[in-house]
Amino acid sequence: MVTIEDYGQYETAWCPGCGNFSILKAVKQALVASRLEPHEVLFVSGIGQAAKSPHYLNANLFNGLHGRSLPVATGAKLANPKLTVMVESGDGCNYGEGGNHFLAAIRRNIDLTLLVHNNQIYGLTKGQASPTSAEGLVTKAQPEGVSSAPFNPIAVAVAMEAGFVARGFSGMTDHLSELIQEGIAHRGFALIDVLQPCVSFNKVNTFAWYKERCDPVSRTYDPTDWGAAMRVAREWGDRIPIGIIYRNDRVPFEEHVPVLRQGPLVGREVDRVMLRNMMDGCK
Amino acid sequence: MRDDTMNVLIGGEAGQGLVTVGQLLAKSLVRSGYSILVTQTYQSRIRGGHNSFAIHTAVDKVIAPQESVDLLVALDAETVALHQGNLSSGGLIVVDSALEVDGDSFLQVPFKELAQDTFSNIAALGVVGYLLGLEQGLMATALDDFFGRKQRQVLEENRRVLVEAMAWAASHERSGHQLPKIANPVQHLMMSGNEAIAFGSLSAGLRFCSFYPMTPATSILLNLAAQAKRMGVLVEQAEDEIAAINMAIGASFAGAPSMVATSGGGFALMAEGVSLAAMTETPLVIVVAQRPGPATGLPTRTEQADFEFVLHAGHGEFPRAVFAPGTVEECFHLTRKAFELAEQYQGPVFVLTDQFLADSYRAVPPFDVEHLAPVKVGAATAGSLPYKRFAVTETGISPRLLPGLSRHLVVSDSDEHAEDGHITEDLSVRRQMVEKRLRKGEGIRAQVVPPEMDGEQDPDLLMVSWGASKGAVQEAASRIRSGGKRVATLHFSQVWPLVPGQFMDLLESADTVVSIEGNAFGQLARLIRRETGFYIKKQVLRYDGLPITPEAILRDVSR
Repeated sequence: MVTIEDYGQYETAWCPGCGNFSILKAVKQALVASRLEPHEVLFVSGIGQAAKSPHYLNANLFNGLHGRSLPVATGAKLANPKLTVMVESGDGCNYGEGGNHFLAAIRRNIDLTLLVHNNQIYGLTKGQASPTSAEGLVTKAQPEGVSSAPFNPIAVAVAMEAGFVARGFSGMTDHLSELIQEGIAHRGFALIDVLQPCVSFNKVNTFAWYKERCDPVSRTYDPTDWGAAMRVAREWGDRIPIGIIYRNDRVPFEEHVPVLRQGPLVGREVDRVMLRNMMDGCK
Repeated sequence: MRDDTMNVLIGGEAGQGLVTVGQLLAKSLVRSGYSILVTQTYQSRIRGGHNSFAIHTAVDKVIAPQESVDLLVALDAETVALHQGNLSSGGLIVVDSALEVDGDSFLQVPFKELAQDTFSNIAALGVVGYLLGLEQGLMATALDDFFGRKQRQVLEENRRVLVEAMAWAASHERSGHQLPKIANPVQHLMMSGNEAIAFGSLSAGLRFCSFYPMTPATSILLNLAAQAKRMGVLVEQAEDEIAAINMAIGASFAGAPSMVATSGGGFALMAEGVSLAAMTETPLVIVVAQRPGPATGLPTRTEQADFEFVLHAGHGEFPRAVFAPGTVEECFHLTRKAFELAEQYQGPVFVLTDQFLADSYRAVPPFDVEHLAPVKVGAATAGSLPYKRFAVTETGISPRLLPGLSRHLVVSDSDEHAEDGHITEDLSVRRQMVEKRLRKGEGIRAQVVPPEMDGEQDPDLLMVSWGASKGAVQEAASRIRSGGKRVATLHFSQVWPLVPGQFMDLLESADTVVSIEGNAFGQLARLIRRETGFYIKKQVLRYDGLPITPEAILRDVSR
């Protein structure tokens, strides 16, 4: 039986009080609750403080380039669909640098769980605006305030009918852990946007700010109702709804691809007789 | 015009079916036992413009394209205007009788009568086939094979047009264009450079290929996609080239031999990924089919100007190998070799071609695929425990386990990392890791395919070349040689790393050295200078978008 100890405990490079600590804890809890052993799991991450998370637990890891974790995860999952593939990175990585991959991942619907640490700021590069920063937020790079409208990942994902769309808050670890567990269990692409404070660079969206607003969707809320989900996805103010916002049972990419029905790509032999026959087609 | 060789050029607008005619004629020639070399030129448009499909064919092996045309099949007036000047003496122009032309060199064919317009390309095929002396039965079979999956009615109509066109040609016979008959022809494959790359990768064990369409690389992916299901390969169109290379890296990391194929602009987007493959020591084959730049350049033409780019693409320092096939056979074998090196040395390996070779059909003997082993993926054992993905070794090669296939955890990082793969800022580890990665370069160097030397010792003239111009240079050399000069050629099919010991003696023994390249800088020449100090002053450079031909070389060398 896998335990939380199997996932290890490591020293981190994060600031004291960072939301990353509780997200890391929630991730470990979810993996254990999903009865996954470290060698069965592959984390793919990008660049940023969030992307360092998988270095602080035991699992397979590919820590790639800024913005490019989704394509790497796509390739790895298709090569070996038996792996549970988790993608973990920040708002800049997924919604900024890798925005096109975010859209493509929703469309493809490969069985990946994307965990976005969303603190509405660039932390590692010391406090520039992120795609989710509020309009008007003043930073050293945006001294007159952010002039672009913030990206709403939940609304975009719901609009594109992503299979699983959830929002969590780092301050509600058990709730978040359940969302991650549900995301892992979901067959197809799962987005979990995690709101978290950046203690060093975001002095507006603080722990208290989020705590006051984050409110789980009601028990009677039906996440399969797309219209209702669109309304909830646009709610952002004194109340910020968290929980599973939308879900459907779209067939995952892997099941559309005939080649993968024969099993993983990894470890296959070359059918040299077939190859010879196909090359004979050039005669 | 010689009687055992013919250069047939079919020209017309895009959308007139000239590639179909070209492929069918080429196929019929190959099945009749002739050698072929196809040069395709086309414009960046779907309809209209001027495209051409030239088949240089002969009884003996054809190695180079030819500029002078013996048989010009003009599907429109523009083709006549553009190519008439290249007609060899005794050459013939086949045109529609509706076209107003004058002179002995024209054969006016009533295409509309023979084919009711829709199949006039097949009528042209019939006439040309007759003129070259091809058998009607063989051509009809080629037609059936080509249109096999289409409706029966279309098939029968095509056959009828072919037969009528050949009969028409017989009754208006013009002598002097028939190729000598070949009794009991040996079966060859008709294959383009891009097809050979696709087959080479399959034979090496390709399992994953991600791409974003870009001329002239696209047909590699199309060939793979057509065979993917039966060969157990996943071919995925990515949202952009950045995604394509990162997906391929992810798939390779998880144990699927992977390849990407693109051209200059797409490769520019992949550059960061090249560096990632190197840092994470992930095997990856990258095919770059060159076309003229900068930027969008001439999207459908040929050039050899991205060599320096490919050589230096990717930030930071790491070893790499760059192959530059000179023939269709080399496209196949060097792609295989690229997979072997990528797997053995765990990093990016390049196959650099160009539009000319990518689209050039040739007659090639069948490959012995049953006896060509695919690459072995990953290490058999973890080595010393606990498992360290980036264990520092004497060769620089660390045991590469695949994630999820054992209880060992596989950790890779684009950041500098310790032996266990985790991020580090320990600067002594940094130094060790740089040196470990670079040590792999020594192994790559020890396996370099030596440049091919051909011709006389201590030559008066030595011609240095690389990549797709191989045949044209050899053909030009043989013509200069027949004029009494001592000539040799030095051709590179692997352009990086360079091993001076393999070629310096020859360079130094020649009276005159001339480099022949499809770019404006003389990129190989200046690399040789950088690596050896040897300065090749005389250069023949072509950068007008057309392939290097023997005629072009002769014009410049004699200057």
